[in-house]
Amino acid sequence: MTVSVAPTARPVRGRLVDHLEAGLDAPICLTWELTYACNLACTHCLSSSGRRDPRELTTAECETVIDDLQRHQVFYINIGGGEPTVRPDFWHLLDYATSHDVGVKFSTNGSRITAVVAARLAASDYVDVQISLDGADAAVNDAIRGTGSYDTALTAMRHLSDAGFRGFKVSVVATRHNVGQLDAFKTIADRFGAQLRITRLRPAGRAVDVWDELHPLPGQQRQLYDWLRARGDEVLTGDSFFHLAGFGAGLPGLNLCGAGRVVCLIDPVGDIYACPFAIHDRFRAGNLRCDGGFIKVWRESELFRQLRAPQSGGACTTCSEFDMCRGGCPAAKFFTGLPFEGPDPECVRGLGEQALAARDTVNIPRPSQDHSHARSVAATGPTVARRSSRPCDAHPLAATETAANAVQG
Amino acid sequence: MAVGASAGGEVFDLDRAWTLSSSVALRPERFGALAYDFHTRRLSMLKDPGLVEVVCSLSNHASAREACMAAGVDDGRIVSFVRALDALRRSGVIHERAAA
Repeated sequence: MTVSVAPTARPVRGRLVDHLEAGLDAPICLTWELTYACNLACTHCLSSSGRRDPRELTTAECETVIDDLQRHQVFYINIGGGEPTVRPDFWHLLDYATSHDVGVKFSTNGSRITAVVAARLAASDYVDVQISLDGADAAVNDAIRGTGSYDTALTAMRHLSDAGFRGFKVSVVATRHNVGQLDAFKTIADRFGAQLRITRLRPAGRAVDVWDELHPLPGQQRQLYDWLRARGDEVLTGDSFFHLAGFGAGLPGLNLCGAGRVVCLIDPVGDIYACPFAIHDRFRAGNLRCDGGFIKVWRESELFRQLRAPQSGGACTTCSEFDMCRGGCPAAKFFTGLPFEGPDPECVRGLGEQALAARDTVNIPRPSQDHSHARSVAATGPTVARRSSRPCDAHPLAATETAANAVQG
Repeated sequence: MAVGASAGGEVFDLDRAWTLSSSVALRPERFGALAYDFHTRRLSMLKDPGLVEVVCSLSNHASAREACMAAGVDDGRIVSFVRALDALRRSGVIHERAAA
């Protein structure tokens, strides 16, 4: 999220951060994963994507969500997946959103960004594109994202660049194997007139199985922080490194956990989660099909009400750095088996490592759903029971679902 | 007295006519407003309801100073308002318009 705050000296009622932590009447932006289908099988996929879910929202249902977002002035959405462009109605939904005052940034592995598509994207101010890249060379990238994915991503970047699309995003998840490549990533982004975006590796989805081996080591966290500090606004971070603010000053951005307060996630079947890194029943606020639509869930969910209430912070509140890191990322704690009221697993003071060493490793939560291709399930450990479906026949849209799905194909 | 904030060699001129950019939408919030520019895809936060009032009324006044006076911005607050308006100018949220 690119956010700047106009520096007025005297906010009238309370600090801005207090307003944001108490939650807004509508999100500032949200992530919307349009499909669980994906042609890749990245080892760290946050949504355990692979296979399409037959219950995915129909075109008409997606349009209803967009209407709702327009009505409540949610100015932009981050569309992801899965690979969102594999949805046959993807381009239609993109046009529908942008013609309804909802700007779109979509994340893609680049496989469908042909020269023709790139030219079309370059013509729209309302659309931004984010190409995922997790290594500055094929060896590092493809070990996570799969053979050939580096070349695919770079080909897409070249198409966008050739089409005159300036400032598209190259999005990198920081790992143990690519923190040493930060300058090389910047060179790649610069070469294509793109903007680099570096975000935190979260232990969610399939990444719960690889986080231990992939997350940056303590010395690398410092290296990453220093590198980002030196680049300021030039490199985006999606506000994802607020847990590193304990090193000194915060990185540009809001530096708070926005989950359920200013951001959330809509998943492909209409489940609404507190954030994209928390696809688990513990963080599920409701379903827009079953529970009265998106805004109703946003405003009335009991989970979101709890997330907006003052947080106790537990043991962390007595820490000298608490005002900086705010205790870190709840989802990262949850999926590494740490308590919410304790330190983030990557606490800059090393308290997370101590907590990880002392945790109960038997009861670490597993993601509530898994749409992995069969081969990647086998590759990443024990099969996870899929969540039971939650039919909601009472919803007026339920009757039209089958017909619309048939159209969608 | 000229009150200004310098940025890139320029000074925000309170005595000129300004307007909210046509590509920017404002969403009122308890703390002020969110401002989103659909062209630059940048989100800004106006964290003072008084600033929101000034920004929204810029196009109705012959100068930014007049808009501030109409919104009841007193001399003690004008410097901080100029600083905020200048930040909004630099990010393209507001721009100068031809005086009526």
